[in-house]
Amino acid sequence: MNDARTELTLGPNLFNWAPDRWRDFYFRIADEAPVAAVYLGETICSKRAPLFDEHYEAVAERLRSAGKTVVHSTLGETASQIDRRLVGEVCQRVSELVEANDSSAAYHLRGRQHHIGPLMNVYNEETLRFLAAKGARNICLPAELPFASVGVLCAAAAAEGVTIELQVFGRQSLALSARCYHARAHGRTKDTCRFICDRDADGLTLTTLDGKPFLVVNGIQTLSYEYANLVQEVPALKAAGVARYRLSPHSCDMVQVASAFRDLLDEEIAPPEALARLEALQLGAPFANGFLHGQPGHRWTSAESLI
Amino acid sequence: MNDDLAFRRPELVCPAGTPASLRTAVDAGADAVYCGLQNATNARNFPGLNFSPDELQKSVAYAHARGAKVLLAVNTFPPAGRFRLWQDAIEVAAASAVDAIIVADMGVAAWASRNFPELRLHLSVQAGASSPEAIRFHCEEFGIKRVVLPRILTVAEIAAIHRQIPCEIEAFVFGNIGMMAEGRCSLTNYVTGISTNMDGVCSPAADVRFEEEADGALTSRLGPFVIDRYACGQSGGYPTICKGRYSCAAQAEPYYAFEEPRSLNLSALLPELMRAGVTALKIEGRQRSRAYVKQVVGAFRRAVDEIMAGKQASLANLIALTEGHKETQGAFRSKSWR
Repeated sequence: MNDARTELTLGPNLFNWAPDRWRDFYFRIADEAPVAAVYLGETICSKRAPLFDEHYEAVAERLRSAGKTVVHSTLGETASQIDRRLVGEVCQRVSELVEANDSSAAYHLRGRQHHIGPLMNVYNEETLRFLAAKGARNICLPAELPFASVGVLCAAAAAEGVTIELQVFGRQSLALSARCYHARAHGRTKDTCRFICDRDADGLTLTTLDGKPFLVVNGIQTLSYEYANLVQEVPALKAAGVARYRLSPHSCDMVQVASAFRDLLDEEIAPPEALARLEALQLGAPFANGFLHGQPGHRWTSAESLI
Repeated sequence: MNDDLAFRRPELVCPAGTPASLRTAVDAGADAVYCGLQNATNARNFPGLNFSPDELQKSVAYAHARGAKVLLAVNTFPPAGRFRLWQDAIEVAAASAVDAIIVADMGVAAWASRNFPELRLHLSVQAGASSPEAIRFHCEEFGIKRVVLPRILTVAEIAAIHRQIPCEIEAFVFGNIGMMAEGRCSLTNYVTGISTNMDGVCSPAADVRFEEEADGALTSRLGPFVIDRYACGQSGGYPTICKGRYSCAAQAEPYYAFEEPRSLNLSALLPELMRAGVTALKIEGRQRSRAYVKQVVGAFRRAVDEIMAGKQASLANLIALTEGHKETQGAFRSKSWR
């Protein structure tokens, strides 16, 4: 597996950016970022989805013209009629690749080739084999899986002709809820939110009573305050057979992030240099890699502890 | 798909953390009792709680002799490389003649339906199936007979779902209410390194600290993070991340960013839930005492019987048993909760 070509991907944008900024972000990714695939689509809140409609097809076309594969991502949590309609519409793109983020989408997508997103719970070989038999061709694993399980899943995936993807950069999704915490922070509810989440390009930070930044809320989603950064682990992940490396979009220079990871995957630079290049972006929050090491997810651990 | 039902007698599904609690629940009028084995295969994997295979077998005999069912929760997500433990749990369930197992993981559901096709499967709330499509997917793929609905739906939404799915509906009516979608929360793992999904533990006691400040205030922590602080004399709650107090740029003072510590109490909505097609009413609390189980199960037993007899249900005094002595109807009453 070590010599297989690894791919860099850009996960769906989790945040509510102004539509023009959203469009310009993806245009630049299309033109400059060394990523093989880009996941588009609203995964957090069905109310937000229409905001990006005016630019969606233009962005998808620009990405395709640049030689990138476009995959359409579905909502992480489907409950209301609007949620269900959105998931149904995305899954109707029958000639294109769709990534399922809950079992509502899996219902629509079974029987045809599709991707499974990190908000679906694929923890073991049995689940992987079941989903592969339903048509899953690429599975992005949940953030909290330890390295030992990632290795077992890579081996099982290879036998099924499925590729394994893992998020290696960006705040990690820790929880979803029916309640919008952005609206709650501003004394509103999900129905009366007036899209207040557009104020926080990388989410709204929650700080503990003793002043320590802790979590970040993004609509119904709770994210880590730290940015996941698995540069140190990339060699071990390549050896284990992880084929695709996902970057989760933030307001920082994602072209720089992508370049650092691409150079690392190509072994043109070593992990320390990749780390230095990411540190130079000055994200304002620390890095973390604890989950992969079987440690508390907020921690930053040296790569040697990876078993 | 389900037809519109007029008011069917609902099954009262009660928690048991120990064999003694199970007997208490059965004696107090439970129609079914749910429990788990003493390991990571269930979502209440706490020290001193749960059943050995032998205890399970004896408990099933006790319940069956009194006309009650036993449901075994095998509702966590086995990490790759450790699946065997979950297979063992399903084999124990089948050997003990439990009436159903409650599953969340697709791999566990697939394995159980393949190897024990006669074993009845319920879909755990941990599966987070919150739409008709998600529920139908599990019914069609694994032969699920009952879904335990997430605590995020209104009564009207439950009624709409009921008409669009081919299985029974179980809904939580009383007990501890988590704010996050069940089965999709890694907050505990992020803080402590113990995973709710894989290890069956939320807010492990070993990582909980209460510290007294100089002014007599009590600070609660989980791992290195402060979750809440209580003034001198105020009673301090167990620190759960989604019920903690935090600051953010949009709030002048620290606030309960997710939810205040409250318990779910839907006793006032029972007739509406039954009309919406809920045929199993679930009480949370496998970690609670026998006294609690006895009181809550007894109260709900009387309430259900009164409603079925066409009377007004009397459910006073349950508030004393709720967390922080504060209660909520959560998402069930209206969408404004969201």
